[in-house]
Amino acid sequence: MNVKMRTVNTSVQKKDAKALVTGKPVFTDDLAPGDCLIVKVLRSPHAHALIGQIDTEKANKVDGIVCILTYQDVPNKRFTMAGQTYPEPSPYDRLILDQRMRFVGDAAAIVAGETEEAVDHAMRLIKVDYEVLEPVLDFRKAKDHKVLIHPEDNWESLCPVGADNRRNLCACGGEEHGDVNELLEQCDYVVEQVYHTKANQQAMMETFRAYSYLDAYGRLNMVASTQVTFHVRRILAHALDIPKSRIRVIKPRIGGGFGAKQTVVAEVYPAIVTMKTGRAAKIIYSRYESQIASSPRHEMEIRVRVGADKNGILQAIDVYTLSNTGAYGEHGPTTVGLSGHKSIPLYRTPRAFRFAYDVVYTNCMSAGAYRGYGATQGIFAVESAINELAEKIGMDKVKIRELNMVREGDIMPAYYGETLNSCALDRCMARAKEMMEWDRKYPSVDMGNGKVRGVGVAMAMQGSAISGVDVASVELRLNDDGFYTLMIGASDMGTGCDTTLAQVASDCLECDLDQIVVHGTDTDVSPYDSGSYASSTMYLTGMAVVKACGEMRDKILDKGAEYLSCEKDTLEFDGSRVWQPAGGLEISLKDIGNKVMCSNNNMLSAGASHTSPVSPPPFMVGMAEVEVDKETGEAELIDYVAVVDCGTTINPNLARIQTEGGLAQGIGMALYEDITYTDKGQMIQNSFMQYKLPSRLDVGNIRVEFESSYEPTGPFGAKSIGEIVINTPSPAIADAIASAVGARVRELPITAEKVYREIK
Amino acid sequence: MQIEFTLNGRLIYEETSDDETLFHLLRRKGCYSVKCGCETENCGLCTVLVNGVSRLSCSYLAARADGCDVVTLEGAQKEAEEFGSFLAAEGAEQCGFCSPGLIMNVLAMEKELDSYEEENVKEYLAGNLCRCSGYMGQLRAVKSYLSRGENRNEC
Ligand code: FES
Ligand code: FES
Repeated sequence: MNVKMRTVNTSVQKKDAKALVTGKPVFTDDLAPGDCLIVKVLRSPHAHALIGQIDTEKANKVDGIVCILTYQDVPNKRFTMAGQTYPEPSPYDRLILDQRMRFVGDAAAIVAGETEEAVDHAMRLIKVDYEVLEPVLDFRKAKDHKVLIHPEDNWESLCPVGADNRRNLCACGGEEHGDVNELLEQCDYVVEQVYHTKANQQAMMETFRAYSYLDAYGRLNMVASTQVTFHVRRILAHALDIPKSRIRVIKPRIGGGFGAKQTVVAEVYPAIVTMKTGRAAKIIYSRYESQIASSPRHEMEIRVRVGADKNGILQAIDVYTLSNTGAYGEHGPTTVGLSGHKSIPLYRTPRAFRFAYDVVYTNCMSAGAYRGYGATQGIFAVESAINELAEKIGMDKVKIRELNMVREGDIMPAYYGETLNSCALDRCMARAKEMMEWDRKYPSVDMGNGKVRGVGVAMAMQGSAISGVDVASVELRLNDDGFYTLMIGASDMGTGCDTTLAQVASDCLECDLDQIVVHGTDTDVSPYDSGSYASSTMYLTGMAVVKACGEMRDKILDKGAEYLSCEKDTLEFDGSRVWQPAGGLEISLKDIGNKVMCSNNNMLSAGASHTSPVSPPPFMVGMAEVEVDKETGEAELIDYVAVVDCGTTINPNLARIQTEGGLAQGIGMALYEDITYTDKGQMIQNSFMQYKLPSRLDVGNIRVEFESSYEPTGPFGAKSIGEIVINTPSPAIADAIASAVGARVRELPITAEKVYREIK
Repeated sequence: MQIEFTLNGRLIYEETSDDETLFHLLRRKGCYSVKCGCETENCGLCTVLVNGVSRLSCSYLAARADGCDVVTLEGAQKEAEEFGSFLAAEGAEQCGFCSPGLIMNVLAMEKELDSYEEENVKEYLAGNLCRCSGYMGQLRAVKSYLSRGENRNEC
């Protein structure tokens, strides 16, 4: 379609901006009915235990308590809480309530009552007999451990991902291309190191929450703060063992997700209460619960071997990832893949690569999906190793990348053999180098006061949707007076996709943005969309919008021809009218919209689905400047420069905010955010007091620019932006610290203590 | 116990318990702009004005509001819209969940600070966490908000 861009690539404001900044009641808890039962979960104090008796008698007598559920009251049918396309790669290893407790915080009972006070009181009166078992807390020892986390017979893995519950394995596998060992042996320089990343929390400001009720048809309605509306419907059907036709899921405004809400963390609890009692029910996770029983990043330990010839040309990369999925396998088999598939292909030169992995169960909190989805962990490891290799060779760290980085037109054997049709990584590097004044600052500048400033660099990539799997659909309707309704199944979780997708539509239909009304997700109304994850929304749903608009334009021409009584191919549609350049006939869109409401057999509606056989990577370069105190090891981030190639920026302002926000999260991951456990399996960072999120004083100065390529398979040349932006801070900051004081820290977060130990 | 206070300009009498937080009471009274992000005084989402001073309502006992003047974003709609338009111009309200708390604190800051130096502003707002925006956009918005009107006569 050949249209001129009008709102695409401009920074229009979000359609919901005014409601958000004036604090209107648009979030889940603001909308819940006043008479909702309050639902809470009684959680296991043990990392591994079997429940014997649960005595609920006293608790049931508390005034206002309506129902208490235990493992005896739920369907004995395993499911996964991972929001993924069916059949999910994540194993079916959950029950709503289980007899076996697999981490501190696992659900032991569900309590519902009229007030929070009653529920809290009742929870204290429930007596649970736990038979405490030995926990498996060290993920390095979990595989083939004598203690099994999932010994149950009805555990099930639906996809061939190498899962084996008899070995505590959630997944395993690998691939090899060329002879890695032989090439590494011939290399002049080889680095072999192990890197360790932690189970970071997404820590979206709105914790997990949902409420449910029965509608006039007796169907279960679920209003949830979720990224995966349609997956919630399926997962609830599995968990409750009821037909999907009896469930409707609605997504209101969401207070952030970052992948956390790609797992159905909280929805099952109110859902089962509503099913049992017929009453409206809601659950609001406390921050404490969101810290200890949610869906954080998979902790990974990644061994990288990488070698180069005497000129610094890479010869082979070998990556082995050990991933800790915790008590349950949500997103375990899939996140691990990205640790290799989104790190190794950054380089075009290696003649061989190997990537192998194990994903193990432990008695820690279950992991999930977090922005970057494994790529973040892999890129920290591989980019750190490349930096160490450059040090060994004695080569500038930008130079080694310029020599080896992937380029437009390359075929990427480590990225499913895809051809790279759009890539501005080289331009990103050149621009970042300029912005940082790299040549002047590299590697370090002694400030003369016991402090040294160093600069570091890292590259990153991600994908755009899951190729051959994700499906996005939209429906478009023309209404009276000629305005459109755009119905989407993708979830706007603050990212602004309700607006950016309308931008795409408004350009395709050559109309004002206000003429497009967007309807967010409601499974009874919206067309199917796999959901807002895997950096898919703009790339995939945007393309579905382009397709649907094309069909709509065609139908508008049909109607125009009918009303003007002339041949369709003599007519044109310019967004506001159908007209005949040769004959001067015309009818306005407004009139068409109104006319079809009387005596009409053809509905002016268009629908399209889109899936993609490829997942074009966005690219980015990040450079950090830090100041390190040689005495204490304290590192302060001074400046962060990022240059991004996300294809066309549909909305530059929103793309910039995504980038700045992702970088800040990445900075938190690099310097502050840690998850550790006591030897009993109790998480230590269970509130924002211990789990330190970066504040505005911690992020230094963030400077973002875009170097756009044009992706031919994306809407108006767009790729994706949501996830890639978190991937560079850890390796770039680690490298800047190493450049400053020679301390190479390979375990996140990079605390002053770790730096200090390395300086010694 | 009974307390009496002004909520967004209206005098109200309300029954509360000794352990109810102001946050709970405000939500109970339908002030849904007030959000909670942490319960531990770490995030600033629950910020409201008590006698013109910004307070974290999650850890402020409702009983202490007795006789006070309490303002939430519901009672500062005009100001919210004005500052909010600067936020929106930057696209800096992403999910928007942190916006009400931030806006309340910006309003308090505007009155309280003598100098709007960048460092002072950052320091003042340090308690308002945002997980979406990375703060830079908020800072751009705050700066242009504070300097609004400065160039007005030029055009
Ligand atoms: S909820 Fe009050 S400071 Fe976080
Ligand atoms: S905009 Fe989402 S937390 Fe600030």
